[in-house]
Amino acid sequence: MVNQSRMLEFSTKPAIVSTAIAAGPLEKQSVFHSYFDIIYEDERINQDTNEKGHAQFIEDTCTLAVRKAGLQKSDIDVLLSGDLINQMTPTNFAARELAIPFMGMFSACATSVSSLITASVMIESNLMEHVLFGSSSQHNAVERQFRYPIEYGAQKPPFGQWTVTAAGFGVLSHAQEDRPYVKSATIGKVIDCECTDPLDMGSAMAPAAFDTIQSHLQENKDEASYDLVITGDLGKTGFAILKELMKKSGVDSYPVKLFRDAGAEFYGNKSEFKSGASGAGCSASVFYGPIYGDILSKKLKKVLFVATGALLSPLSFQQGETIPCIAHAVEIWID
Amino acid sequence: MDAKSYQPIVDQIAPKRPVLRNCFAAFFVGGIFCAIGQIFSYLYMYFFNFTERTASNPTVATMVFIAMLLTGFGLYKKIGQFAGAGSAVPVTGFGNAVISAAIEHKSEGWVLGVGSNMFKLAGSVIVYGVFSAFVVALIKTILVKMGVIAW
Repeated sequence: MVNQSRMLEFSTKPAIVSTAIAAGPLEKQSVFHSYFDIIYEDERINQDTNEKGHAQFIEDTCTLAVRKAGLQKSDIDVLLSGDLINQMTPTNFAARELAIPFMGMFSACATSVSSLITASVMIESNLMEHVLFGSSSQHNAVERQFRYPIEYGAQKPPFGQWTVTAAGFGVLSHAQEDRPYVKSATIGKVIDCECTDPLDMGSAMAPAAFDTIQSHLQENKDEASYDLVITGDLGKTGFAILKELMKKSGVDSYPVKLFRDAGAEFYGNKSEFKSGASGAGCSASVFYGPIYGDILSKKLKKVLFVATGALLSPLSFQQGETIPCIAHAVEIWID
Repeated sequence: MDAKSYQPIVDQIAPKRPVLRNCFAAFFVGGIFCAIGQIFSYLYMYFFNFTERTASNPTVATMVFIAMLLTGFGLYKKIGQFAGAGSAVPVTGFGNAVISAAIEHKSEGWVLGVGSNMFKLAGSVIVYGVFSAFVVALIKTILVKMGVIAW
């Protein structure tokens, strides 16, 4: 291990030159909806199946992110992305249409950040010039795979979360003036605190988020204060637990002005969404939408994105396995 | 952090399922479903040539048909969110489980999709329902043969 440190530092300042966000019809209710570039009227994006719709909006979002960067698809060296569906077929199929060199990535809902970290390493190494990164999720496709059919009358518990239909993609290039850049990153470890309820993802993921945040902040505790540390989709329950863990361990005394959670805020305080939003599209659409916007306008100058993912499958929890979780962190600055 | 010291924190912070409220909601909604079923049962006995025993078949069919319509129009999941077991346990819940799975798997075709997945959720009800009915019937048959009880 280089420097005996979990933190990676990027000295060449890989810059996020553009981002694009797409969301489904229900996500119009999101408090962040004004930051979404595309909002579809149809959950399936007018395709025959949920999975085809899923692939369609990945393709649309990637195309828009490339266009907003002022590039052509042929300028992109590689697309790094993933989703939550078995074998990631929606992303694979979208990559077929995009015809960009492609590597699928899976960190469950933490793919939004793991793809950015990988992209940063590629840009830093100077082997590549423009990398398209991001992640997405589609509510119906995810629910039917992990839980029940959409129309099944199961009762959601108060700690349950709602998978969003959304995608967030960005283009990472070499340093550019007035563009947010990746300062450093911490790759998460898989943490399992023996949670078993697949409806309570927030409680399962909070220890993973805590581990990564603690590790990252520990190495930066003498630096200037963070404007914001934002987690991906812990939801109201998981975020409350994370705050408790930070209070107990003293991590909340580190120089951070504000802690937020994208999932807890996504749908506002609407009770039908219970604990809040989740999904690979949740962290991607919030980090690369509103928060990226605030960094670009220099309202926020030093932000830590911490995306969390639950690494379970329907098979693993039916076989009685606990839910291992991961959290990846990436630090974004603007000068 | 270890799992042993973590679980108490979850228990302390995570909101609990409102069990008492859920029980009352399930009791009342389940009761309403059964009352509607009873009305159909009387209607079949009054207007058609059914007895109390034979009226149950068309009543169940009618209730499942209503559940099918409610599922198709996206209303059953809303009732389910409110009522929990109240809408899951009656035969309408069985109908909802079958029909929602059928709708969901239509995208994989009629045979491998609808046909093989329709009873994905409800299949265990049939398996254990038939098996427990067999066991109960066996016990009763033995008791009748021994002269303990009469049919």
